[in-house]
Amino acid sequence: MIPADLSHHVSKWFDGTGPGADIVISSRIRLARNLAGYEFLGCLNAKRQAEVLEKLKDTLLTLDLGEAVYFIDINASTPLEQDVLVERHLISRQHARGKGPRGVIIAPSESFTAMINEEDHLRIQVFKTGLQLRECWQQIDRIDSAIEQKVDYAFDPEYGYLTACPTNIGTGIRVSVMLHLPALKMTNQIDKFFNAARDSDLMVRGLFGEGTEAVGDFFQVSNQVTLGVSEEQIVDQFVNLIVPKITQYEAAARQVLLTQRSEAVDDKIQRALGVLKNARLISSQEALFLLSHVRMGINLGRVDGISIDAVNELFMLTQPAHLQINSGATLDADRRDAMRAKMIRARLCTN
Amino acid sequence: MESHLCEICAQKQGLAVKSQIPLNELLSTLLAAQSESQTEAAAETAADVRCPVCGMTFKKFIQKSHLGCHNDYKAFGEPLKAVIQKAQNGSLRHRGKVPAAAPAATRDQIRLINLRQQLEEAVRNEDYETAAKLRDMMESMQ
Repeated sequence: MIPADLSHHVSKWFDGTGPGADIVISSRIRLARNLAGYEFLGCLNAKRQAEVLEKLKDTLLTLDLGEAVYFIDINASTPLEQDVLVERHLISRQHARGKGPRGVIIAPSESFTAMINEEDHLRIQVFKTGLQLRECWQQIDRIDSAIEQKVDYAFDPEYGYLTACPTNIGTGIRVSVMLHLPALKMTNQIDKFFNAARDSDLMVRGLFGEGTEAVGDFFQVSNQVTLGVSEEQIVDQFVNLIVPKITQYEAAARQVLLTQRSEAVDDKIQRALGVLKNARLISSQEALFLLSHVRMGINLGRVDGISIDAVNELFMLTQPAHLQINSGATLDADRRDAMRAKMIRARLCTN
Repeated sequence: MESHLCEICAQKQGLAVKSQIPLNELLSTLLAAQSESQTEAAAETAADVRCPVCGMTFKKFIQKSHLGCHNDYKAFGEPLKAVIQKAQNGSLRHRGKVPAAAPAATRDQIRLINLRQQLEEAVRNEDYETAAKLRDMMESMQ
């Protein structure tokens, strides 16, 4: 399997079918692990880095993970192939542009990936649609324990699992939820959300795009503290406190918009649709921004005749690397903008 | 010349009146500044400490924020502890999963810490039934 095989459809984690997926798009848990007896990546020479890759690759390919998994050699992939994986959140940008022997193990459903030789020797991740963090934890815990039977992880009784960066030690866990918060943004309450998140030691980042800026009102909220709390405690904090609170704020803001400013909401949605259905050139940023309004419109029942699937598909497949790999050519920005606009028109006008 | 003005007169003369900084705020700012400078001083003296296994120095770690090998956690001792404590909201001890292959003593030790914290929480919540169960579990392990 190669990245191009993935690039025609929406990732399962973005398909909007999970519990509460109109606000909580997906759940993700990542564990950082390192092998005992090997230096961390920064001090590991190429020969030993190749050894770590072989060892972990062999271990993961022979595990029973419930579905057949396959390996992609990132070092041998083209930048375009790497970017498709980044856009699908299967690998990090850092892994794509890293150096030396490295790769990723992927389950075809894209619910599981394992980056080998990223910042740590091994970073396993489980994704699920909607709010399913407990399910994510159960699955990743099982996989982690199975790997542990075959390799020795670097573990210290005091500091727990040892990682290259001390911000990950202890549990090595990063619990994240991807959120769509257009109403909080539209009612100028997004800062309240940021402040509350910061007070609870959470990290907020944009879901799409390269920087930390959130394009299209999509946010990713993650835990920052990994030491001194158990994995279950972190997951429980998200499931019982953080997510219900944010969901409640967003739902309330949506309700206020609908009852008090329905014209403003409809105006935003219809203008977005107007541009999307007619534009001849559209940047990836603008498309995300406008599709976000349409997604909100569909979830609020203000849009007829366009399915949420069509919108989700456009979010994913109009990203730069997806456009290029599916057209079979490297395109400059103008050509990409033209092709993106054409694809959006075709999908929304016939829907 | 020294003159005493009320708040309103001072404002009329174009003098800004700063409201007093609350004592607790002042204190926490000062303490933070102090601990910061202490951390910095400790980091400075540790700058040249080198890990005998991977050759990484503490100074290089501060620049790159990544360690070279597992032994750095021992080699960089207290100054690294200060960095960890700052990054991890004051925590210095693992409380989560333990590899099945870890020595039984390590597993028990971490389990005891977990139980003790659960016990404290149960007592705080006045859930004495759970607290009694947790206490029995701890006793059976010790």
